[in-house]
Amino acid sequence: MSTAVETATRSGGFSLKEWIFTTDHKRIGILYLIGAYAAFAVAGVMAMLMRTELSSLGPTITNNPNTYNVWLYFHGAAMILGYQIPALTGFFANYYVPLMIGAKDVAFPRLNALSVWLFWMGIVLALLTFVVPDPPDIMWTGYPPYSVITQGNTALYTFTVLLIGFSSIAGGVNFLTTIIYMRAPGMTWSKLNIFIWCILAAFIIQIIFVPVLGTAVTMISFDKYLGTNFFNASMGGTAVLYENLFWFYSHPAVYVILLPAMGVVYEIVATFARNNIFNYRGVLYGGIWGVVALGGIVWAHHLYIAGIPDWMSLIHVFLTLLISVPVGLLMIGLVGTLYKGAIEYRTPMLYAVGFIFLFLIGGLTGIPNAMSSVYIYITETYWIPGHFHYVMALSVTFAIIGGTYYIFPKMTGKMYHEGLGKLGFILLFTGANITFFLTMVLGVKGMPRRYYDYPQFPELEGLQQIVTYGSYVILAGALVILASWVYGLVRGGKAAPNPWNSKSLEWTHTPSPPPPGNFREIPVLPEDWSPYGYGNGKKEEEKGEDMEPARP
Amino acid sequence: MRTTLKTFAILFLSALLFSPFAHASEKQEVPNLIEEWDKLWHEMLIDITIIGIIFAIVTIYLMFRYRRRRPDEEGGRFKLSTLGVMGWTLIPAFIFMADDIFLAAKNFEVWQKYRNVPENAYVVEVEAYMWGWDVNYPEENITISNELVVPQDRPVMVRLKSRDVVHSFFAPELRVKWDAVPGMTTYLWFNTHTRGEYVFTCTEYCGLLHSGMYGKIRVVSVDEFNSWLEDHREKGGNI
Repeated sequence: MSTAVETATRSGGFSLKEWIFTTDHKRIGILYLIGAYAAFAVAGVMAMLMRTELSSLGPTITNNPNTYNVWLYFHGAAMILGYQIPALTGFFANYYVPLMIGAKDVAFPRLNALSVWLFWMGIVLALLTFVVPDPPDIMWTGYPPYSVITQGNTALYTFTVLLIGFSSIAGGVNFLTTIIYMRAPGMTWSKLNIFIWCILAAFIIQIIFVPVLGTAVTMISFDKYLGTNFFNASMGGTAVLYENLFWFYSHPAVYVILLPAMGVVYEIVATFARNNIFNYRGVLYGGIWGVVALGGIVWAHHLYIAGIPDWMSLIHVFLTLLISVPVGLLMIGLVGTLYKGAIEYRTPMLYAVGFIFLFLIGGLTGIPNAMSSVYIYITETYWIPGHFHYVMALSVTFAIIGGTYYIFPKMTGKMYHEGLGKLGFILLFTGANITFFLTMVLGVKGMPRRYYDYPQFPELEGLQQIVTYGSYVILAGALVILASWVYGLVRGGKAAPNPWNSKSLEWTHTPSPPPPGNFREIPVLPEDWSPYGYGNGKKEEEKGEDMEPARP
Repeated sequence: MRTTLKTFAILFLSALLFSPFAHASEKQEVPNLIEEWDKLWHEMLIDITIIGIIFAIVTIYLMFRYRRRRPDEEGGRFKLSTLGVMGWTLIPAFIFMADDIFLAAKNFEVWQKYRNVPENAYVVEVEAYMWGWDVNYPEENITISNELVVPQDRPVMVRLKSRDVVHSFFAPELRVKWDAVPGMTTYLWFNTHTRGEYVFTCTEYCGLLHSGMYGKIRVVSVDEFNSWLEDHREKGGNI
């Protein structure tokens, strides 16, 4: 009841209490962003430690394989559950959605606050990995029976997944309601930003599939601590059941991550090419909804050799290959938006272009994984981490970092350091390609993944070493990027309300940063308005000047 | 769309109907899995490389051609007509779908060869455990660890079992891999055309010594194999 008052009264200066009890979608978004980047940093440190360990045969920095396994578990679980999903469906959804659709806040601001704090509890629980005496060592996939018989603390994994899962479902309910009911007058479905459609689609997938993951991880803890036998073969259970349940969620989760990332890149490309979306309807109905339609029926391509019947494999070969159709349409829309545009290469746009190339490699190297015969050799080798780092880790991280640069002036009211931003991009792009292209090459040479050491493949040591050097270049890039933001926050110039000259609502109708309540009054959009209405000669830049923060 | 569905239906039905016949027709000739896999891999690589290069060239061209030359320059004057939307959606969709069907058909051919074990195959049983492999010769009552000795020029079928958790049997040079799942018996087969030693190793995460869980496959001449069997039978099977 007091929500509106709470969000509207914001005194000057920093107050911890205000941040903890905030129900303002922008502050909640920033809380998500801090949590997500914190998870990224810790999981990134794990990656550096692992790469260093692998740079030479035999023990390099630890002689305990279990230590390595715990790093790897944490890296995977934290990067996906703690960084990518919260950054996209937490931060970007929170910050953009109400601003883009012309709403004062989300539909249920307090539920939103619950979501972010559940997520933070999940992060804290995940970090306990480094405190408990028997840290989980079950990989982010948590396959039984290993996860049931291990000495490691499987419960920590189960409850981390459950907390972040609850957070996602609450977020899903909130954003679906917000997008359906709180669009500004005049903002019809056909005028929504592509990003909004992507978020809508991603949350529909989350709401349908997260409960399945919750069930699966709860069952492994039941088996381990309560003596049930879901996955115990000697008592009539089977491990294949878990693998089905797990991938039934975790493959669609790829699209939960991909779609909002695509959405962010679409916004950046449209703004910097000053162009309308190429084939908006094809992208929407063929691309986004095509991914949603196919996303849930391709999970068995993770199980071709796991003991499923051959007919199931063959159906999933074809369905999985079909994913190339909607994803191809999404890519054509993205590249087509450059056509007859007027492209300016500021830092966010560099990341968007980087995304296109990384995703191109990632998407195409997914095709062999769909083909069950090719898969027999390449699965569980370095090819797989190489591929999914391109398609998820790298391209999506480029979307997240590019999106952060894009929204930086709006969020902080200041400009980041352009030179450092571009330098960071070059380092990150170079390092990422050295590291992960060679990772795929190692996979083709037969190097199995999740290996602490590789005494049976001594000839691969040289390549492993180069991959490790590549990862250090990534680290250097990440530090430069951080520096460009810190410089912006501390010494950056004041940002205009619409520094990119975008036509989208969050830039044209709010000052930087937007005040609580966002708009002085809810904008009413004329018939010919479009978030991508470029080319009519009108400049939107000046319009922002006479905007004052809404005061109660 | 209809034709696509029809093609897939035929493809799929033939998978179900003809698999016993495919098995029968391969009696005379044992396929070479190493060559088959390498061929499929190269065809697939060519396929994705062509798509990738076309996409990359178009992207790079557009990036340079439409860079902003004056600060006030605007795009946005180009809009697709309804026909254009249909064309830019359906034509790419059909091209991708055609490629998918092509790749699925190629894949199906090779898959059949992987899954139908030649009739003259020599059968061994491999049981995986944390962290090693027990190799059992069922006809000879011999069990050894982390070593698989097989005769040259005769396909070898491996029946896979697991004693504890999920493992996976991977022999990179022989292009085979399959999971060993507790409570199930899975199988794979491979060719033994060239004498020599090949690594096999675990590729499903199984804890502490996962990366140390490997052994060697020794392909030896038939004579050598028979005398090897003789030796081990005398020793009572277990070493």
